[in-house]
Amino acid sequence: MKNIMVTNNVRCLEKWEGKLKVDYKEEWSYLDVLLAARDYIHRGYFLLTHPLAGSVKPNQTPFRSIVLSEESLEGAEDFRDLRLIEESIEAYRKFTSAGHAAVQVPAEQADCARQGVKNRSLPRWPEKTEEDFRTIDLSLMEGAMSNPIMNRR
Amino acid sequence: MKLELGKIYIRDVQFAEKTYVENGTLYVCKEEIEKLVLEDERLTGARVELARPGESVRISPVKDVIEPRVKVEGNGAVFPGVIGKVGQVGEGRTHALVGATVITCGKIVGFQEGVIDMSGPTAKYTPFSQTNNVCVVIEPADGLETHDYEAAGRMAGLKTAVYVAEAARNLTPDEIVTYETKPLLQQIAQYPDLPKIGYIHMLQSQGLLHDTYYYGVDAKKFIPTVMYPTEIMDGAIVSGNCVAPCDKVTTYHHLNNPVIEDLYRHHGKDLNFVGVILTNENVFLADKERHSDMVAKLAEYMGLDGLLITEEGYGNPDTDLMMNCKKVTQAGVKVVIITDEFPGRDGKSYSLADAVPEADTMVSCGQGNLIVHFPPMDRLIGTMDYVESQIGGYAGCMNEDGSFDAELQIIIASTIANGFNKLAARTY
Repeated sequence: MKNIMVTNNVRCLEKWEGKLKVDYKEEWSYLDVLLAARDYIHRGYFLLTHPLAGSVKPNQTPFRSIVLSEESLEGAEDFRDLRLIEESIEAYRKFTSAGHAAVQVPAEQADCARQGVKNRSLPRWPEKTEEDFRTIDLSLMEGAMSNPIMNRR
Repeated sequence: MKLELGKIYIRDVQFAEKTYVENGTLYVCKEEIEKLVLEDERLTGARVELARPGESVRISPVKDVIEPRVKVEGNGAVFPGVIGKVGQVGEGRTHALVGATVITCGKIVGFQEGVIDMSGPTAKYTPFSQTNNVCVVIEPADGLETHDYEAAGRMAGLKTAVYVAEAARNLTPDEIVTYETKPLLQQIAQYPDLPKIGYIHMLQSQGLLHDTYYYGVDAKKFIPTVMYPTEIMDGAIVSGNCVAPCDKVTTYHHLNNPVIEDLYRHHGKDLNFVGVILTNENVFLADKERHSDMVAKLAEYMGLDGLLITEEGYGNPDTDLMMNCKKVTQAGVKVVIITDEFPGRDGKSYSLADAVPEADTMVSCGQGNLIVHFPPMDRLIGTMDYVESQIGGYAGCMNEDGSFDAELQIIIASTIANGFNKLAARTY
């Protein structure tokens, strides 16, 4: 079974390079990882992990890792994976879109709130914070990769 | 399985030389708690502070909230497999200090830890502005690895709660509530004409900051199972996660699960509450498919007519929620899902990250994207250093006077997806 991990998290690359194919690009954004995974699905790959693994919302963490395979592990309905990845891309856009107006904010707070809305796309975190987000993403993947399913050949 | 819950109502909390309860006031010995917490070498600091309803106090970043409970009759001990020895719980008598909590807070583990305001406009969004809180502010050892810090913080809270709860052991409860669910066949026979209702309780289980424990077992490593509802009241389920603060199911919420409470309220009147199906929310899609198959199988096996489902978290768990909903419906069981919503600030986007046609009946617990203003408070328990990176906060949201603006999702339990809150959405 040929598995592939699509990621922008260097800690995942360091951990699994050589053990399975890791498609890593440092410059990828969270969205780029989702789009790369979508491309693999269109080329016939199946999702092994949920594209929104973790409940860290897409406008919080810059890091995303997704594992796919040339074979499906379960008898899922057709187009499930395409639906999941498209829904994930939609969720990403929802959380990062600047177009949403703030609701029910008293006038005196409106400026701050507007600024907040504009800044809703991913902030540039300090390195320490980024490293913590890498750790959470790595941990989610460690949980997934330790699953006996990954040892199927 | 029959459990008597002896409720001792707590209306105030004070420091004292020893820990005890008198006339509705919980007295706690600060030094003993600090000593207990610092037995763990992973923590180098522990400071106990008190927060009471109505005070100008902000607590942040909050990790867990726990109601002190002690087992006084029957098998096992509270938090089996975690603090107490592994052993069946859910039967006998348990005493609870209702109106008191233990809250762990301090330097952030991840970014999903929230805020509790004891007064002001944001107090109404969290139930813990109404409780008398023993807050343990913890400090990790230098260079402590994140997983270890999370585990140390989790244990500090549970240990403190168990220590405080000892004060309830020999008290006469103000109120005793009895809960009983019989073995399946007997339970069905007891109310043969009432609809057989179950509850699917989905536990967060995706990894660091996303784990939950059942009798000490990491929930991502179990397969769906059936639980007597009273087990949860003895601490069979412990939270080890900080999903978004707003929909984090704290250990307090497990002990006081509102779906179970309400189903018992209707038990024998207009429904027959026959049991709880526990399942998880894993990262692997194969796990999701397998476990939703098993949930549907158990629902069918139990002969259920109807089910309530709650989830914890956003995104990945929405897929589990939908798979469970769909497969259980296809097994012939009527389903109502309970969840909160993230439809964007204008409320116009999809609320969940997944959907199926079978999910046609839902109870909303409100939406977490609303921005609210947090005025300055006189006293801070914990630290505000991380507000901008906590979920719901954003760069520049903090003002010099200590006030800030943030999305509702930064408040602990504001939109908790099991209904232990006051928000809802209506369709007109």
